[in-house]
Amino acid sequence: MGYLGQQLVNGLTLGGIYALIALGYSLVYGVLQILNFAHGDVYMVGAFIGYFVEIALGGPSHSKVPVPVMIFIMFAVSMIGTGLLGIVIERFAYRPLRKSSRIAPLISALGVSILLQNAALLIFSANVRSYDTSSFIPSTAGFSLGSITIDSVRLAVLILAMLLMFALSKWVNKTQVGRAMRAIAVDRDAAVMMGIDIDRVIRWTFFVGAALAGAAGVMNGLLLRGVSNGMGFVPGLKGFTAAVIGGIGSIPGAMAGGLLLGVVESLTQGYLSTNFSDFYTFILLIAVMLLRPNGLFGKKAIVKA
Amino acid sequence: MSEDTSKLGIGTDEWVAQHEKRLQRRAGLPGVIDLLNQRVSNRVRYSVLALVAIFFGLFVHNLYLLRIASNLGVFLMMTLGINIVMGFAGLLDLGFVAFYGFGAYAYALTSSSQLNQHWPTYLSVPAIVIVTAFLGYLVSLPSRRLFGDYLAIVTLFFGQIFIQLVLSSDSITFPGHTDSTDITGGSNGIPGLDPFRLFGRAFKSTTDYYWLLVVVLTLLLIAIVRIDRTRVGRAWRTIREDTLASQSMGIKVNNLKTLAFVVGAAIAGLAGAIFAGIQDAVFINGFDIPLLTLIYAAVILGGSGSIPGSIIGAFVMSVLPEILRVQNYSEFLFLAVLLVTIAVIGKNLKKFAINIGALVVIGYPVKALFYLSHLTTTPTKVWAIAPVSKVLQYWLVLPANRIVWGNMAFIALIALVAYYSIAHEAIKPWLLPFIAYIAIFLWEDRLVADASTTRQLIIGAMLVVMMIVRPQGFLGKARVEVL
Repeated sequence: MGYLGQQLVNGLTLGGIYALIALGYSLVYGVLQILNFAHGDVYMVGAFIGYFVEIALGGPSHSKVPVPVMIFIMFAVSMIGTGLLGIVIERFAYRPLRKSSRIAPLISALGVSILLQNAALLIFSANVRSYDTSSFIPSTAGFSLGSITIDSVRLAVLILAMLLMFALSKWVNKTQVGRAMRAIAVDRDAAVMMGIDIDRVIRWTFFVGAALAGAAGVMNGLLLRGVSNGMGFVPGLKGFTAAVIGGIGSIPGAMAGGLLLGVVESLTQGYLSTNFSDFYTFILLIAVMLLRPNGLFGKKAIVKA
Repeated sequence: MSEDTSKLGIGTDEWVAQHEKRLQRRAGLPGVIDLLNQRVSNRVRYSVLALVAIFFGLFVHNLYLLRIASNLGVFLMMTLGINIVMGFAGLLDLGFVAFYGFGAYAYALTSSSQLNQHWPTYLSVPAIVIVTAFLGYLVSLPSRRLFGDYLAIVTLFFGQIFIQLVLSSDSITFPGHTDSTDITGGSNGIPGLDPFRLFGRAFKSTTDYYWLLVVVLTLLLIAIVRIDRTRVGRAWRTIREDTLASQSMGIKVNNLKTLAFVVGAAIAGLAGAIFAGIQDAVFINGFDIPLLTLIYAAVILGGSGSIPGSIIGAFVMSVLPEILRVQNYSEFLFLAVLLVTIAVIGKNLKKFAINIGALVVIGYPVKALFYLSHLTTTPTKVWAIAPVSKVLQYWLVLPANRIVWGNMAFIALIALVAYYSIAHEAIKPWLLPFIAYIAIFLWEDRLVADASTTRQLIIGAMLVVMMIVRPQGFLGKARVEVL
């Protein structure tokens, strides 16, 4: 029982990260119907920004500011930085292609992804860096619930992911930009005719989506995983899978899909095999696509020719 | 569209009205090229290509060159394969490299001491092609219901799964056994493969494989050119252009999509088996994303859907890395491309001269600034090795800390190019010489020494720029988009 609970908690933490990435895919897909392949690399850039902010604030063990403040600044700078990066990517790689065929933005996105990965390789070198979280948050800190121990980093990441998701759903549902975004997702032409500034909404969408990916990148670093230029590929793939499982374009779907994927991955790693966990995720993706092509939360799309 | 569309009467189609103008010959050299393009039939071109390949094989005995040519041959098979799947049928199959890897690993497992299987080539290669085709069929099954992006991501995931399966199949414990079996060798790969044995001889040297590839490619090319003209080829193209319309015309969309997948997979499997034979070993890192991007870049550069386009793209993409590896060639190529770019942007000779003049002038104040600020520089002995950089050393200055300066130049270059693309027309000419200077600085400072990263950067940038400027590639035909 303790083992199962432990795996569930790990899965939820991992799932929170996947959900944040999946939200970026889903938001952009909802507005532009394009698959932002470069999203995983935005996540990578976010992790790097977090790392350099940490170094700039004195490094993991000699931080100049209290630890919570440092973590807050890491998140804030990383989210703003990646958000701006998202806007830049949209402006130069996607906007010129808004009227082209469906396959062109995909290939352009592939190009951006290669560009970001190799720019990071050139600038940051191939070294794998670590946030070294254990030197400012002792791994013994945390609390136990029966036989389950939750260390404080995991708990913080989980809570933060939930908070961000909550804030996002408020943003989408309550603000003017969020409403405009949903309107564009339903019917772009009608939205334009209602006087919605489509460029502004798209900018916001990219900013928010990329900022969430940046936050996910910092979380990944805090959970003591390596930060390197190729780190974005697999999580990007998983994030998209989560978005598809939940129903692409659907925001609750992306959250649920991410959490589900994290839990499934953690359970298969715990009970079946560590090496083949991606294989099971893939089977899950195929199964969802065959049984519910619109995802768990997606609505049946009406395809207009 | 041109301004005179307003002169068209009601009921005149713009596209039809401009038909004559589109057919008009361009003046000067471009016109001559166009004319040659029209007069020389594809049959002649392919024959010339085949002759060149045969003469190359007969008269070149340099093993390094033959090796490059053989790798080009394998690469060409891949681009032709992906050209069927993506170019003809319009399916973005990002797991294509996995079929290639599967073919290579299948050959390795059936012709090495890994599982103690030494099948005759007459048996193993056809079996591999059939099994890979079947694998392609399996992957295509979920794809029937997917289009565009979903297909891309599922196949990309499939490629990732293939890599993971190969990596973790080095210690498999079968049910009922206690010890683990090593199937794929994990990250160590499988060395020591049997050479191909065909026509009563063992393929010991690269030359043998070269001739095999010439034969295989000739047959493949004939087959693809023929398929392109059949019902199936035409149906693929209609699916690419408009799936819904072709379905309503009675085309069996799903079957044809599957067929494209299967044909592509079979070609990739065959290419993989030959590649494994040439390499004499298989390693999983050869079947990863970089290869995939290289193949896609080749097809897109040449023109997706165009057979000559994918041949030219394959040439460029597989010979380019070899050129970039040699500093002398890479510097020369870079300067040539830079000058051509400036010439194309400047459009006339006067502007070109001004730009080059400004570029030359910029170098000296920068050099002076470096001396005045007492920044230590890299001794010219270290970097001015090749003829081009020997000339450049009187003009260019490189700081001692080349990594930091190179990174700053890289960021500045990206920012400037991005700004250039949206800058006002009046500002653009002023920016150009500075961009060129920073590009040369960056090239000499960082990129020359790091050929593989440079290649990837160029490919990435090329994909984005290509999609914006000329999505149909160099030899592809522009599509009429019906909106």
